[in-house]
Amino acid sequence: MSSQTAARLDGLLPELEVIRADFPILSRTLADGQPLVYLDSANTSQKPQCVIDAMVDHLERHNANVARAMHQLGAESSEAFEAARDKVAAFIGAPSRDEVLFTKNASEALNLVANTLAWARGPLEVGEGDEIVITEMEHHSNIVPWQLLTQRTGATLRWFGLTDEGHLDLSAVDDLITERTKVVSLTWVSNMLGTVNPVAAITKRAHEVGALVVVDASQAAPQLPIDLAAMPEDERPDFLAFTGHKVVGPTGIGVLWGARAVLEALPPFLGGGEMIETVRMESSTYAGIPHKFEAGTPPIVEAVGLGAAVDYLSAVGLDAVHAHEQALTGYALEGLATVPGLRVLGPLDARERGGAISFEIDGVHPHDVAQVLDVRGIAVRAGHHCARPAHARFGVQSSTRMSSYLYTTPTEIDALVEALHYTRSYFKL
Amino acid sequence: MSAELDSLYQEIILDHYKNPHHKGLRDPYEAEVHHVNPTCGDEVTLRVHVADGVVADVSYDSVGCSISQASASVMTDLVIGKPVAEAMAVHEEFLALMQGKGTVEPDEEVLEDGIAFAGVAKFPARVKCALLSWMAWKDATTRSLEETP
Ligand SMILES: Cc1ncc(COP(=O)(O)O)c(C=O)c1O
Repeated sequence: MSSQTAARLDGLLPELEVIRADFPILSRTLADGQPLVYLDSANTSQKPQCVIDAMVDHLERHNANVARAMHQLGAESSEAFEAARDKVAAFIGAPSRDEVLFTKNASEALNLVANTLAWARGPLEVGEGDEIVITEMEHHSNIVPWQLLTQRTGATLRWFGLTDEGHLDLSAVDDLITERTKVVSLTWVSNMLGTVNPVAAITKRAHEVGALVVVDASQAAPQLPIDLAAMPEDERPDFLAFTGHKVVGPTGIGVLWGARAVLEALPPFLGGGEMIETVRMESSTYAGIPHKFEAGTPPIVEAVGLGAAVDYLSAVGLDAVHAHEQALTGYALEGLATVPGLRVLGPLDARERGGAISFEIDGVHPHDVAQVLDVRGIAVRAGHHCARPAHARFGVQSSTRMSSYLYTTPTEIDALVEALHYTRSYFKL
Repeated sequence: MSAELDSLYQEIILDHYKNPHHKGLRDPYEAEVHHVNPTCGDEVTLRVHVADGVVADVSYDSVGCSISQASASVMTDLVIGKPVAEAMAVHEEFLALMQGKGTVEPDEEVLEDGIAFAGVAKFPARVKCALLSWMAWKDATTRSLEETP
């Protein structure tokens, strides 16, 4: 396909050049004056000027600690921090803004749930005979915390396998989700295979047996519209985690949304300032949500940046971002299919997947692919993308992954495909 | 553009990558180690057989990029048949080359085909690839010596 056809791809964001201009890094050049072709957004996304400005403005004009500073700056900083919570709540359609907790990243959000469940007593208690269900396509951040939980409590870890096409193998659902199941934790969109999982159906099934559902939305939040309040209650997960830096926000901040009743029933995660009501030397009482789970000085300027980020995405429109990603993913899949010996891992239909495409090329190791691409200014990821079990499932040790985002153009996909042809010729294939 | 790549992917490296020497796991051995590069997933299982103070055999099974595979192949060529102390000195020499950020002039007398990795030292992300099997060899050799009284 020539770039002329590419420019007419259905679903592309109409103002793509305007959007690109919002991201200052996209206009920088690399060694030898090469333009940057950034195809590593599933790893971390680039930041628009408005996010950078919001953070700089906060540091320049409003910096103070939150909640505990009795002065004007303190009030401004607290207001900005809590306004960020409102923005994030709106971004995911949280039924209540108090159910939105700020963490360090998605990993910490998932660990918060797994740890507090390990400590819970009463109805949420996890112990021997109980089962935790995950999937073979999880990011390590949604595997290891559950391994730790089961090791600490004597519960059993089980998981959904994958079909050859890269979907969850749902044929085993009745065997996996039973009255012994305490928690089902799964990714909404796979960071390796790109697969979009049927979160609503699995949640419904898990709720029928009384299990809690944790959704890792790290790859979904950047590209799918999410409206928790609009979901039927039995299909709405109990927890949803994502990370700020993949939704055009800064690093150092993540989000955990949790249903109020569950958050209130769980014990605290970290102890410290801000999460308490009264502290006596013998024991303490705790603040209500969300503060109960936010010990110590929170990531204030990061929250401000994240608030600006989700506002930016909402202004573009998540439906439009999703359509753009699908158009580019379809275009990329067509382009990749022209490279001899290239095998895509995961669904081949763009409608069933997100914007991350992992692939291997016969005869060239992913590291070497990424190296050749890097010399041409094209940034991709090579390795196991923190999803080693999913790679093992497909009999590969590692893969190369391209991932697009709302600022990616079809011309950049063309550059990737051309560079992959070049890579093969460089290694004399 | 291609010159930069060529400084990394020397012909010698690509030859060893396509036709690795001494690959496969063999008996006898006193120590077997498994080393991984957690950031990229490259893995090597490596066995060392030491007899009479000499590195009698090094065998390995590995998955990884051209640099890590070629490095394992070159390493076995260099250490097999050498007295342990001499092989350790070669290891030191290679380590110094890799950690020299491209400023160390390699000694062909000592490193033979290993000099082809001089270019790798300029790519910080790839230094670990080149060192994976060398580190595994050192580990296994140290253990072999502990095994044999
Ligand atoms: C699906 C998925 N889950 C979790 C994470 C972890 O995010 P973070 O490293 O920001 O905690 C990532 C990103 O690396 C991811 O892609």
